[in-house]
Amino acid sequence: MSASIARTLPFFSARPAVLLSALMAASALSLALASPAYATRSDLKIGMSIEPAGLDPTIAAPVAIGQVTWQNIFEGLVRLTEKGEIKPQLAKSWTISPDGLTYSFTLQPGVTFSNGEAFTSETAKFTLDRARGEKSVNPQKRFFAAIDSIETPDATTLVLHLKEPAGNLLYHLTWPAAVMVEPKSADNDKTNPVGTGPFTLKSWTKGDRLELTARKDYWDKDKKVALSDITFRFINDPQAQVAALKGGDVDAFPELGAPELFDGFKDDKKFIAYAGNTELKVVAGMNTARPPFNDKRVRQALMMAVDRATLIEGAWSGLGTPIGSHYTPNDPGYVDETGKLPYDPEKAKALLKEAGYGKGLTFSIKAPQMSYATRTSEVLQAMLADVGVTMNIVPTEFPAKWLPEVFKGHDFDMTIVAHAEPMDIDIYSRPDYYFGYQNPAFNDTIATAEKTTDDAKRAELYGAAQTMLAEDVPALYLYVLPKLGIWDAKLEGLWKDEPIPSNDLTGVHWKD
Amino acid sequence: MLRTLARRLAGLVATLALISLALFLIIEVLPGDPAAIMLGTSAQADTLAALRHQMGLDEPAIARYLGWVGGMLHGDFGISYSYGVPVSQLIGERLAVTGPLTLMATLISLLIAIPLGVFAASRPGRIVDQGATLFSQLGIAVPNFWIGLLLLMALSLHLGWFPASGFDGWDHGFWQGLHALFLPALAMAVPQAAILARVTRASVIDVMNEDFVRTARAKGLSRSRALWRHVVPNALVPVATMLGLQISYLLAGAVLVENIFSLPGMGRLAYQALAQRDLVVIKNVVLLFAVIVIVVNLAVDALYLLLDPRLRGRS
Repeated sequence: MSASIARTLPFFSARPAVLLSALMAASALSLALASPAYATRSDLKIGMSIEPAGLDPTIAAPVAIGQVTWQNIFEGLVRLTEKGEIKPQLAKSWTISPDGLTYSFTLQPGVTFSNGEAFTSETAKFTLDRARGEKSVNPQKRFFAAIDSIETPDATTLVLHLKEPAGNLLYHLTWPAAVMVEPKSADNDKTNPVGTGPFTLKSWTKGDRLELTARKDYWDKDKKVALSDITFRFINDPQAQVAALKGGDVDAFPELGAPELFDGFKDDKKFIAYAGNTELKVVAGMNTARPPFNDKRVRQALMMAVDRATLIEGAWSGLGTPIGSHYTPNDPGYVDETGKLPYDPEKAKALLKEAGYGKGLTFSIKAPQMSYATRTSEVLQAMLADVGVTMNIVPTEFPAKWLPEVFKGHDFDMTIVAHAEPMDIDIYSRPDYYFGYQNPAFNDTIATAEKTTDDAKRAELYGAAQTMLAEDVPALYLYVLPKLGIWDAKLEGLWKDEPIPSNDLTGVHWKD
Repeated sequence: MLRTLARRLAGLVATLALISLALFLIIEVLPGDPAAIMLGTSAQADTLAALRHQMGLDEPAIARYLGWVGGMLHGDFGISYSYGVPVSQLIGERLAVTGPLTLMATLISLLIAIPLGVFAASRPGRIVDQGATLFSQLGIAVPNFWIGLLLLMALSLHLGWFPASGFDGWDHGFWQGLHALFLPALAMAVPQAAILARVTRASVIDVMNEDFVRTARAKGLSRSRALWRHVVPNALVPVATMLGLQISYLLAGAVLVENIFSLPGMGRLAYQALAQRDLVVIKNVVLLFAVIVIVVNLAVDALYLLLDPRLRGRS
């Protein structure tokens, strides 16, 4: 505060009365705010493409729910930082037994939910039991499958006994689906979320906006929460998103809907435009259970027919990171596999010929309506045509039609989606997953990795798994979608990268 | 008169019953499991089953249909899957936007179409008439969401006269609400006005050739007095018919325009509910659209009686 007053002094020095009232107003403001360091503006209007389906991330999968509530309203035992590191949150510290079967958490004392209820080991036990129990509708119930029993020796100690070691347990506990809820309010969190975070829901005008307001009794005094009022605006049309930014209806759009509109903000000094990392892996999955994609040579040939740089240029204005396996450069243990089957149309043709498709190959791709999917399919279609492959594009509504047809019914040749869940390479080892990929060596590697608690060893195993996929190509590994963030140049503290879909606004503030 | 009204009402109820059944059947065959959409691609079979049970999706179809209709008779329209609030509340909030929006669009279209049509008809082949024809052709050819985008770019972004998106609600005052709705209403009104102007012009020209107009002129009435006093009132019946038919197009147009302007109206609700397979919302919103179309048609029938005294004697 003192710094910002010093800067405003010269303007008022000629008129002491004005100066006095300005000082009084400023000090009143600084009293009203939790954090006196940033007193200029404490409201934020932030734009999102998709409105959340309810506000309880523990009962529904849509990422928009976590993008509103995670860290802002709800907190977990542990949290994830912008860099993807696991840090303490409601659990102050923890120890893991040498056999990896017992996790003992020491919880933060003095934490309350926004309805006044205390957060204790009992609440934590309730949350985890609700997520793993028989009636659970948690979209990530499998995260909690390793937990055998939960003990609460005292109010600030929580002990998890596992059936088998789970190397990713702490990481999974950072997710929106694992946030802490409270017995009296849990059933109504969908409409009236009650968490331990620094903000609470103020109002929700469905279809338009949602307002959060800062809590005065937030437990974590070390966290400098500068914002007092947050408005999420839901604007689906990319043109309207640009209009809202330029017209000042929103201060930030952390994920702009259209890459071709992104460059327009780069020269505008009022805004900062930053293309960050996400976990959204765009892959063209193939049905490896049936011809022609049960033949590895065909899959490899198609991979070699793809020039990733040109594809990203054509489909997403060059904004995107090429990948060679089902893994992003942000994640621990990343191995660059883009050179394994490099662009080589001649080799692709030869390989197709060897597999018996020298005279051509025709198949269809079920492409969802999202613009990245339709555009990538179109560029892919042209690239495959160059090696004598005819790919027909079949528009398939996502998720309503895609889920029963492709995901569950396995009725497809090829499809294309951005897999949004971080660190989900294990999907290739899940039985009956839509790729139909079956590789016992891969399954073993994943199973061992999941049981390994040593971070370096686990990363190494995930590296080996990436290499196997890059060799077998059950899906064409294309690129990672960027996080096209645009925000007011005076705004600081928004996440540039996104190790998990979120809008953590607890560290956001205005420069004076 | 009363008997006609009773017959009409009975017809209305029968139509609604049929529509509700058809709607339910269409939703039954619509691909997409709301529980699977809610829980995403990592959901386990047991969680899916638990959610389906919670949503009542595991009940037989006939029980679900009767439950819906029975609930409606008690004023209970169900709970939205995605929002978790009563559908009646959602629809109520959204009607506060779409109702005034459609009304405003209708008024604007009439304010453009009737003067334009009448002037064009009174001077056939002249510059006003040619201008009106051009406007009609452009208005019919260009979709409303594109007009919306153009208006948005020109009047909101460049000139800053109107808010670019969203609707702050009616709490901030009536005029501010109207201000926010003006551009989308105009975008919806232009294609309507184009069609109505055409109908008005044709109808006015027809009536102008009638004997009674010639008689009126022969008795010494001025050209413009004959036009406004005798021709226009008689020419409005086809315009009213068209207006009634247009209401369904107007409501359909609201879906696109509300998305462009990010307005929290019924159209956007229907669009979002369909994408998320919020079946409870879809069936009630579509049924409400059907009710609106039927009621408007009834209202147009009543309007005939006002516009044409000859019809009052019948029935």
